[in-house]
Amino acid sequence: MSNEQKSPSIVDRIWNLFSSITLAVVVFTIISLTSIVGTIIEQQAPPERNIKLLTKFFGDAAPTVYRILETLNFTDMFHSWWFITLLFIFTANLIICSLDRLPKILKLVKEPVKPLTPDQFGVMPIKKETTVKGKPDAARASVEAALKKMGFKPGVAQDEGGTQLYAEKGRYSRLGVYVTHLSILFILAGAVIGIFFGFNATLNLLEGTSSSVVYKGAPDKTVPLGFEVRCDDFNVSFYENSDTPKAFNSWLTIIENGREVMRKQIDVNNPLRYKGITFYQSSYGFSPSRDNLFVFSLVSNAGTREDVRLRFGESFTIPGTNVTGRVVDFSPALGQDPSGRLFTYAEMMNNPAVFVEFSENGKVKYNQWILSRYAQTWKVPDGVIEFKDLWGSQYTGLQVRKDPGVWIVYLGCLIMAIGLYAAFFMSHARIWVRLKEDKGATKVSFAASVNKNKLAFEQKIDKAIKSL
Amino acid sequence: MDSSQFFGIASIAYILAMVAYIAYLAFRNSTIGVIATTITVAGLVSHTIAFVLRTGEFLNVGQMGLMRAIPLTNLYESLIFFVWCLILGYLIIEWKYKNRSFGAFITPIAGMALAFIDISGMDKSIHPLIPALQSNWLLAHVTMSFISYATFALSFATAIMYLAVTTDNKKSGAYLFWTVTLGVFLSVLIAMGIDFLVFRVAGNPEAFIKSNLFKATFRNASGAVAVVSYIAAAAFIFLIWKFGHVVKKIISSFSISPDMLDDLTYKNIAIGFPIFTLGGLIFGAIWADQAWGKYWSWDPKETWSLITWFVYAFYVHARFMRGWRGNKIAIVAVIGFVSTVFTYLGVNLLLSGLHSYGGQ
Ligand code: HEM
Repeated sequence: MSNEQKSPSIVDRIWNLFSSITLAVVVFTIISLTSIVGTIIEQQAPPERNIKLLTKFFGDAAPTVYRILETLNFTDMFHSWWFITLLFIFTANLIICSLDRLPKILKLVKEPVKPLTPDQFGVMPIKKETTVKGKPDAARASVEAALKKMGFKPGVAQDEGGTQLYAEKGRYSRLGVYVTHLSILFILAGAVIGIFFGFNATLNLLEGTSSSVVYKGAPDKTVPLGFEVRCDDFNVSFYENSDTPKAFNSWLTIIENGREVMRKQIDVNNPLRYKGITFYQSSYGFSPSRDNLFVFSLVSNAGTREDVRLRFGESFTIPGTNVTGRVVDFSPALGQDPSGRLFTYAEMMNNPAVFVEFSENGKVKYNQWILSRYAQTWKVPDGVIEFKDLWGSQYTGLQVRKDPGVWIVYLGCLIMAIGLYAAFFMSHARIWVRLKEDKGATKVSFAASVNKNKLAFEQKIDKAIKSL
Repeated sequence: MDSSQFFGIASIAYILAMVAYIAYLAFRNSTIGVIATTITVAGLVSHTIAFVLRTGEFLNVGQMGLMRAIPLTNLYESLIFFVWCLILGYLIIEWKYKNRSFGAFITPIAGMALAFIDISGMDKSIHPLIPALQSNWLLAHVTMSFISYATFALSFATAIMYLAVTTDNKKSGAYLFWTVTLGVFLSVLIAMGIDFLVFRVAGNPEAFIKSNLFKATFRNASGAVAVVSYIAAAAFIFLIWKFGHVVKKIISSFSISPDMLDDLTYKNIAIGFPIFTLGGLIFGAIWADQAWGKYWSWDPKETWSLITWFVYAFYVHARFMRGWRGNKIAIVAVIGFVSTVFTYLGVNLLLSGLHSYGGQ
C-alpha cells in the first residue's frame, strides 16, 4: 500500500501496521503473558485472598504489591479497559489484515489454472523429469491416468514446446484461512452482544414457591423476567451407598398472565428455555420449615395403596387397618456412629429419615426409623410405608441467563470448524506436465506448486512418475 | 483378568519395544525392526483391551449406560488415554514415514508413564460421575483434547530433536533453551516419579498428589533433602547442557534429517491445532454453556487453554513471517507444549479452578 515516491502518510502507516502478522503475534504474546497473571491472581475475589497468596512470594510487601496490581486492574483484568483495548486491537488487526489480502486471494480463487509458458515452467517450486518409452501421444494417456489417480482432472493445451497437461484441485481451500478469521469476528461479535443485551443471574426457589424476578449478584439487584417461574418439585438421587449425587432435577412451571404456559423437568445439562431466557439447574439446598409436607406412599398387607401428605405431628392411617402413624422425629441425613448411636451427618437431604410412631386404638404399638433411600426400612408389621419426600424443604438453585448473542457465537464456532478444516486438511495443488518427443521416446517434465504440505505432494508426484 | 493386568502387560510391552528399537538402531537389522513394531502393536492392543475392560468396570459401578462409562473422568484415566494416543500417533508416523528411529524415544515414555500410573494405585478409584460431568459434549471435549495433547507431545519431541540437531554452539540461546527446557522437564518428571515411589498411597490420588507434589524432593520437610534435590536437578540440567552434542550425534546417526523433524513438528501441530480448537475450546465452551449457562468464564483452566491456543496460533502464523524459520519456530513449538502441560496438569496441581479435575 505504501507510496514509493513520498514517505507514507500516517493513514498508510497505520494501515500497514494493522495489516501485519507481526502485530498479530505481538498481540497474541501480550494477551498470553498478561493472561498468565490473571490465572494466578484470583479474579474478582475479596482482597484478603490475593494478599494471602502474595504474602507467600513478597512477604510484608504483599499489600503494596496488591495495591499496584489492583491499580493496574489485574484483580479483574478480563474486564479491564486495557484488556478490552487489546481485544479491540486484535479485532482491528484481523479485519484490516484480511481486507488487505482479500483482493489478491479472491483473484487467485477466481482464476482457474492456465497452461504455463516455458519461462513460468522453469520457476515452479516443484520440478521433476522423466523419460518414457513411446511417442508423446502414447505417453499422454498414461500421464493422464496418473493425474486422475491423484485426484486431478487435467486440461490439455498444445504449444511450440509440445503437449501440456494442466490441472488443479482444492482452489477454494485458500479461503479457509479467511473463513477461520471471519469466524473469530463472529464469536467476538456474539460475545459483545451478549454483554450488552443479556444478563447472568441466579434464583433459589423453594419447592412450591414462584418468582418473577432473578438476582444479579447482590439481593437488591433484581432483573424482572416478564413472567413467573414456579418450582413444583425438586429431587436429588444418589449413587448407591454413596453421597455422590447421581442426578438432580427440578420440575418448573412458567406462568404468564396468570396462565401456565410451559412445564419442564430440568436437570444439569438440560435447561429450560422460555422467551430467550434460559434456566439452568446449578445447585440445590435445604431450608426446612414447620409447613413442609411429609410425603408417604402406604401399602397395606392386603395390597391397598394410598398416597398421603401431612405435616409434622399429624397422623395417617394405613389403608384398611386401624393402625395410625405419626412422624415424631426427622433427620435429613441420618447416620450411625461406630457405637451405634444415630446422628444427623449433613445439612442436606442426603439420607432423609423419619421416626414414625404407630398406634392402634390409641395405644402405641411399635415405632421405627424409615429411610427414604433404603427400601428394607419401609416394611412394618402392618404394611409398607415408603417415605418419599419432605416437600417444600428443598430449594433449587437456578442459573438464569439471557444471551441474545449466543447463537452468533455458536455460528462462529461452526464456521471456525469449517475454516480450520479447509485451512489445515485441504490444500490448493496445481500441476503442469509437458510432453516432448526426445529421440523416439518422450520426455515428461512436471512442474507443480502447492500451498502447503509440499513434501507429501512431491512424494505423490514421485509415485505417479514411477507408475508411468 | 481385569484392566490393571492388561495395563501391566501394555507397559511391559512398551518397555520391551524400547529395547527392541534400540537393538534395531544398533544392528540395523530389519527383522529386529519388525519385531519392535510387533511388540509395540501388541502393547497397544493390550492397552486397548484394558481400556475396554475398564469401561466395563465403570459401567458396573455407574449404571448409567456406555456413554457415561468411558474412563476419562480423572487425571489418571486421561493420562492413560493420552499414552494410548501417543503410541497410536507414533505408529502412524512410523508407518507413513517408513522410519523406525523415533520408536526408541517414544516407547520408553509410554512404558514409564503407564508403569507409574499403575504404581500410584488408580485401579481402586472408580468414581461415578456427578451430574455436571454427564454430558456428551464433555466426552467429546475430553477425548479430543487428549488427542491434540498427544500430537503436541509428538511435536515437542521433534522440535527438541530439531534444536538438538541444529545447534552446536553451547553458548547460543537456542542450545541453552533446549537443553535447559529438556532438563527441567525431565527433572520435574523424575521428581514426580520419586513422589509416587515414596508415598505410594491409594485412596484419592488426585488430592494426594496435589498435597504431596514434590514433597519427596524440592519441598521436602527436611531442608537438606530439598537443597540436595535442587543441586541434583541443577547438576542434571548441567549434564544435559554439557553433553547435548551427544544427543545430536545419536539423532544424526539414525538418519533423521532436520528438515524431516521440522516437517513432523509442523504436521503434528497442523493436526493438533484444529482438533484442539474444536475439541478443547469449542466443545468445552458448549459444555460449559449447557451445564452452567456460561460458555466462557475466564477460569484458570479456560484461560490456560486460550494461552496454549495463542502459542500455537503464534506458531502457525510465524511461518508467514520473514526470518521465522528453523530454530525460532521450533522454540515456539516447545513453548506450546510446555503451556499444554501446564493446562493439563499445572492448573489442576498448582492452581485451582471450576473444573472437576481441579478438585476443591
Ligand atoms: C490479529 C489476528 C490475526 C491476524 C492479523 C491474522 C492474520 C493471518 C494471516 C495474514 C495469515 C496468512 C494468510 C496467508 O497468507 O495464507 C494467517 C493465517 C492463518 N491464521 Fe491468522 N491471523 C490472526 C488471528 C488468527 C487466530 C486467532 C487464529 C486461530 C484460529 C488464526 C488462524 C489462522 C490459520 C489457521 C492460518 C493458516 C495457517 C496455515 O495455513 O498454516 N489466525 N493469519
